[in-house]
Amino acid sequence: MNALDQIFVAAGRWMTGLAPAPLQPLVAMALAIAGLMAVFGTCFAVTTIFERKILGRMQNRLGPNRVGPFGLLQPMADGVKMLTKEDIVPFSADRVVHFLAPLALTVPVWLAFAVLPFGRNMSAIDLNAGILFFFAIGSASELAVFMAGWSSQNKYALLGAMRAIAQMISYEVPLVLATIPVLMAAGSLSLTDIVLAQSGTVMGVVPRWNVLTPWGLAGFALFMIAAAAESNRCPFDLPEGESELIAGFLTEYSGFKYALFFLGEYLGLFAVTALAVTLFLGGWQAPLPALEWFPSWGWFAVKFSALIFLFIWVRATLPRLRLDQLLSFAWKFLVPLALVNLFVAVGWWQSSAWHFPAALELRWLLGAGLLAVPYVWLGQALKSGKPVQHHYSYAE
Amino acid sequence: MLGRGIIKGLWETGRNFCGSYYDPARLTTVQYPEAKLAPWENARTVPFLVYDGKDAIAGLRCTACTICEQECPAHCIEIVKDTAKRADYLGKMQLQPKVFDIDAMVCMSCGICAEVCPFDSIKMDQVFDLAGGSRSMMLTLKELAKSNEYFRLIHPTEAAVVDAARAEEQRKAQAKKAAASPALPNAPATSPVSAAPARAATPAVA
Repeated sequence: MNALDQIFVAAGRWMTGLAPAPLQPLVAMALAIAGLMAVFGTCFAVTTIFERKILGRMQNRLGPNRVGPFGLLQPMADGVKMLTKEDIVPFSADRVVHFLAPLALTVPVWLAFAVLPFGRNMSAIDLNAGILFFFAIGSASELAVFMAGWSSQNKYALLGAMRAIAQMISYEVPLVLATIPVLMAAGSLSLTDIVLAQSGTVMGVVPRWNVLTPWGLAGFALFMIAAAAESNRCPFDLPEGESELIAGFLTEYSGFKYALFFLGEYLGLFAVTALAVTLFLGGWQAPLPALEWFPSWGWFAVKFSALIFLFIWVRATLPRLRLDQLLSFAWKFLVPLALVNLFVAVGWWQSSAWHFPAALELRWLLGAGLLAVPYVWLGQALKSGKPVQHHYSYAE
Repeated sequence: MLGRGIIKGLWETGRNFCGSYYDPARLTTVQYPEAKLAPWENARTVPFLVYDGKDAIAGLRCTACTICEQECPAHCIEIVKDTAKRADYLGKMQLQPKVFDIDAMVCMSCGICAEVCPFDSIKMDQVFDLAGGSRSMMLTLKELAKSNEYFRLIHPTEAAVVDAARAEEQRKAQAKKAAASPALPNAPATSPVSAAPARAATPAVA
């Protein structure tokens, strides 16, 4: 069990050992980078084809099935197409910024993978403030999106970028607020420590994952909604909005630059999904001690794939929101609920000292009730709001 | 409560996802080059020429009257009359086309040729996957001539009406001939293809 569990760590150590001693830190770094890029690059290709397949099945279609067996070579065909397309830069575009924007999106996203623990002893760097690093790096993508929209000199691109900024800044708040109870529970900002804090079981059968508490469940839901918005996924894909904005900030991009944006978007989704697994689903831990024969990175992959499937499922189901719906959903629903969730989390730990019969049930009931009441109330308030009246000064 | 519609929607897509694997009837996609939808009767694409019997040239109903050529709004039909004549299904001597070309790239499938044809010769086909590498795709007599059986297959209702009308005309012609020459009551049919419409009359009456 341990050999298989640590196979990548051992292989990395062995390969590092082959290098002369002064070069060893460099080789170790290069190996970590190469491993991450290989795994998540492949993951990107696989996700694009399976996303299209699953979306097709959910809409009673077949999905792509022409290239290779069952259409599995579709990513190759897409890649060849993307790389051989003409790279068009608009005449009036700001050429330097237009060139830098896809890089500015993709590079920080790759950096975010550095702190995520993908298995036992498997994180590229174990930063003691890993989650801070993650969010700091993650917010750099907003700059890249605005660079793309501004430099294109195109009204659709600029509108898309403005929507993207409004959306990403608004949803960063509930995203971070939903993680705070987890940090409080673990007492650490290190993602490795957060995973270890979720080890063990309650009464031998229920894993001690954060998602299996009232505040964790609510936090997980809030986090996933905010994550979908952060990575511009459906139903929050307004920045692209191909039916209303052509393709938003991607309008003036073609060929490899477009592919880089596409890659960056998916990698952002992967990073934030991996973070959700780490924060709420116990990271690489097996659900039960009896299941620990399966390697830790395997458990991580299982949970990761399940969450990616959930994102695809939601994409197949929900239509796109309007911009005012999107923003009021963030500020009038997610943020208050995330704040309530903080208090529920505190109450949960304060009541952990209760030692009378049915104490656990009472704590659950209290926590769930404290979350359900604002949920229903805020939901009704969202629905009963007056329709937005638009006043136009010149276009009456 | 907020979110109930989302759960309903997720349930529906989830059901589609699972259902599409064990119930192929859910998948509405027809994978075109390998599988094709059965054409429906009212489909009309490019014209073709009907012939009776086995031989496409001998049994051709076309008499090279050039009405279709003159009526065609796109001018995609070209007919050259043959000098030789041959007997039609009623025993009358008629012209026949030497050349009958339709440019399928120019044809706009309006069906006027089929409407104006007094001999029930030119009818609309159901082939739809025609593609050409140039501006012109000439269909010659060889490709245009298709049997009456094929016509019955693709447009059964119209074919039955045509067959019945032709059988009736043939019966009248034969009766007239029999009245004119009572000495020869069992005269052989003048047309070598008269057997086909006679046979076809049976299902049309039924």
